[in-house]
Amino acid sequence: MLRYAYYPGCSMDSTGATYKKSIEFVAEKIGLDLREIKDWNCCGATAAHTKDEMMALALPARNLALAESEDLGLDIAIPCAACYSRMKYSLHAVRTDEEKKEQIQEIIEMPYEGKNDVLSFLDIFSTEEAMEACRSKMVRTLSGLKVACYYGCLLSRPHEVTGGEDTENPMDMDRIVALTGAEPVDWSFKTECCGASHQVDVPKEARPLLDRILRNAQANGAQAIVTACPLCNMNLDMRQAEINEKMEKKYNLPVYQFTELLAVAMGAGAKEIGLHKHFFPAFELMKKYAKRAGENG
Amino acid sequence: MSRTGVIICHCGTNIASMVDVEKVAEEIGKIPGVVYSVTNKYTCSEPGQQMIKDAIEEHSLDRIVIGACTPRMHETTFRKMLKGTKINPYMLEIANLREQCAWVHTDKEKATEKAISLVRMSVAKVGSNKPLFTSFIPIHKKALVIGGGIAGIQAALDIADAGHEVTLVEREPSIGGKMVMLDKTFPTLDCSACISTPKMVDVSAHPNITLKTSCEVEAVTGYVGNFEVTIRQKARYVNHDICTGCGLCETKCPSKISDEFNQGIGERKAIYKLFPQAVPAKPVIDAQNCRKLNGSAKCGVCQIVCPLQCIDFEDKDQLITETYGAIVVATGYELIDWTKLYGEYGSGRYADVISGLQFERLVNASGPTEGHILRPSDQKEPKDVVIVKCVGSRDEKKGKSYCSRACCMYGAKHAHQILEKIPGSNVYIFYMDVRTPGKGYEEFYNRTREDGATYIRGRVAKIYKEGDKLICTGEDTLIGKPVTVKADMVILETAMVPARGVEEIVSKLGISMDGDHWVQEAHPKLRPVETQTAGIFLAGTCQGPKDIPDTVAQASAAAVKVCGVFSKEQMETSPMISRVNEEKCCGCEFCVKCCPYSAIAMKEIDGREGNRKIKRMVATVNSGLCQGCGACTAACRTGAIDLLGYTNDQILKEVDALCL
Repeated sequence: MLRYAYYPGCSMDSTGATYKKSIEFVAEKIGLDLREIKDWNCCGATAAHTKDEMMALALPARNLALAESEDLGLDIAIPCAACYSRMKYSLHAVRTDEEKKEQIQEIIEMPYEGKNDVLSFLDIFSTEEAMEACRSKMVRTLSGLKVACYYGCLLSRPHEVTGGEDTENPMDMDRIVALTGAEPVDWSFKTECCGASHQVDVPKEARPLLDRILRNAQANGAQAIVTACPLCNMNLDMRQAEINEKMEKKYNLPVYQFTELLAVAMGAGAKEIGLHKHFFPAFELMKKYAKRAGENG
Repeated sequence: MSRTGVIICHCGTNIASMVDVEKVAEEIGKIPGVVYSVTNKYTCSEPGQQMIKDAIEEHSLDRIVIGACTPRMHETTFRKMLKGTKINPYMLEIANLREQCAWVHTDKEKATEKAISLVRMSVAKVGSNKPLFTSFIPIHKKALVIGGGIAGIQAALDIADAGHEVTLVEREPSIGGKMVMLDKTFPTLDCSACISTPKMVDVSAHPNITLKTSCEVEAVTGYVGNFEVTIRQKARYVNHDICTGCGLCETKCPSKISDEFNQGIGERKAIYKLFPQAVPAKPVIDAQNCRKLNGSAKCGVCQIVCPLQCIDFEDKDQLITETYGAIVVATGYELIDWTKLYGEYGSGRYADVISGLQFERLVNASGPTEGHILRPSDQKEPKDVVIVKCVGSRDEKKGKSYCSRACCMYGAKHAHQILEKIPGSNVYIFYMDVRTPGKGYEEFYNRTREDGATYIRGRVAKIYKEGDKLICTGEDTLIGKPVTVKADMVILETAMVPARGVEEIVSKLGISMDGDHWVQEAHPKLRPVETQTAGIFLAGTCQGPKDIPDTVAQASAAAVKVCGVFSKEQMETSPMISRVNEEKCCGCEFCVKCCPYSAIAMKEIDGREGNRKIKRMVATVNSGLCQGCGACTAACRTGAIDLLGYTNDQILKEVDALCL
């Protein structure tokens, strides 16, 4: 049963708009039942954990506790890599540290036992059940489109907290994206940092972080980058033109969320999922490769 | 009433400076039964020993207590001395007044008090000492060497040269181990094969050595002088009694498999010799990959072409049992599987990121490229080569905490070989420290730097591919700046880990391993080639990472130890072993489980239950295997097991002397 408690996080109605639309499109197609947690709050993002450890643990924990209080036994689905990381930290603390668990419960004034798991959208879509559901709904193929699957650092690191199998060369997104017929390339910067919010604070210093990701993707033959996080996506998408200009590069790598590829392959129109809303033009490339399934060439 | 003599030793000033030895002697002299209590400056010396001998006569002493240094130091000295007197050597107790008292205290008054307590305990214990007598076991003068690398080869040759029979067991189809895979050896750069293959031939030709390849140790029972060892001769499918090693079968075999001797670079056949100079120089069939034996095709080509009809597809494993007097463990090492640990180096996805041992095969004239350094991906000669040291070594988080000892040197050797063979090449060595503790080693390292190798202090953080280059990024920690090197090939100098299966052989032999699974020596400094089990010795890298000179030295040392065992017709055993009181034994078998030497077994005896005669099981101790550790006596719930010379009763008497 593809049913989860759902924590959208703050970015889904702003920078993650295309992510949100494509998730909703795909969810409806494959019967993915996402039950938004009522009265959820910000996960604390970067701000909380640079100020106070307990605040950083308690903010996400409140959301997890709310989900747990509904007593449906549902794992929590989280689209944003940063939210996912913060939630994982809270869950890890509650599951491994009695003292912190008590403190957290005291701060949020709610019981929280850490019964349910915290899952990223890659975790969810890479289950056999979800893969099979996606496979059966494909009406188009993106065959021939070479993409670099970019996971970012937070979905797999730190290993102790996420339990991620491979922090250097994860393959979940590659397998999911391959369902669409697109061809994930073998490249080496899947989990290197995109600079996250440093791209706002210190853009000059943080730009090389994006540059090396784009360079390695292009060098390994990718025509586009696929992400699974609103912030990674925004950084690579919005700042690519800026990098081309300021660092004298000629990157031409549209940046998609993996759910956008799934949605297109399931027949979504460009406007339905916001393909026209990208900063770096993303429509033409998709148009060039998206074919009706079974069609040749 | 017993007549105890007590001698308190000054040990020069070692004890006397912190313990008032005269006062100790005086106080102890007041204990009933102590008829003689004196001090002596150097009790272990000749005059000191003579004084004790005289006192025994003069005062009719029947037991002795000496307050001196640790019994580990001179207990045997004094026992030997007592052999020449009317007192049994085991009617002796030593109170440790040096290591456990004088050396560790600073308050003389309190130390003296403690010394009195320690001696009083020994006096109490010696009161219940009983004469003990050593027994003798025969020695079977034939040695078993497990592992046919350079350590096993050297140990076998030395023992055989001393005139004793040796069986050398190797699980691979040829002896030679890792050394024969190497190209040149540091620091003298002599050809590894040229110095090791003659030794391999010596082994096969030696009249005292029985060579058993494709064999594994199945089971070991018995004890020093009398180990019963079962060896499994694995099916080879080739009759080595007839085979001349002509090699025709190998050329005709259609199955090609990745060549493990060449570290996966290149291929071999399913019927194969490990390498051209293999000893024995006869092929075996790898049943897993043989088309006929794994059932994937009819084939049988080798059987058809063999002019002597040596091929026997019906061959089966055979078990052979023999008796050996001593065993040398020389099971060696292998390299850590870095592909499972270092995702940042590509987990093995880049063909041109290779291990040091793969490079040895690449640069070796008998290797897959005939000694031309060509990178595996496209057979091109690399111009820029990065060498990364400490991959898996000194890396607690990912690999092992220890230093693998040889990598600094063979890393330098690799750099030297690349610079020598490829004109205009550049070699960058990422290192944490350069460790060169050996004769001529530092000089070799310096020479490599003069050759032009660039040493960069820091770990490589990531290796990735762009185009046909491998980009290595890391930090130069000496200047505190990130560095990037574009390389054509990367060599990882990976950690040594114990050979696969060491856990099984250790458990079969009843010896122990350390936390990293290196076989444990009896004492890290003073008994480095012995194990805790008498008659089982260690040679080479099974005991810990080491280079060839150290391995060979240790192998010869182990051989001397074996010859030491074989120098006697029979062997005196310590009488301080466990004894079972069968009346008290309830047959719970707990002692059997906790004995680290597998020295306790169960036997059936006649018993009685009321009027009925019954059979019941009780524990019995094998006097050859028991090392007197006392674990069983502590574990025995009914108090049925006692350690002779250290009985439960004696320990209680010591406690009483201290506390009452």
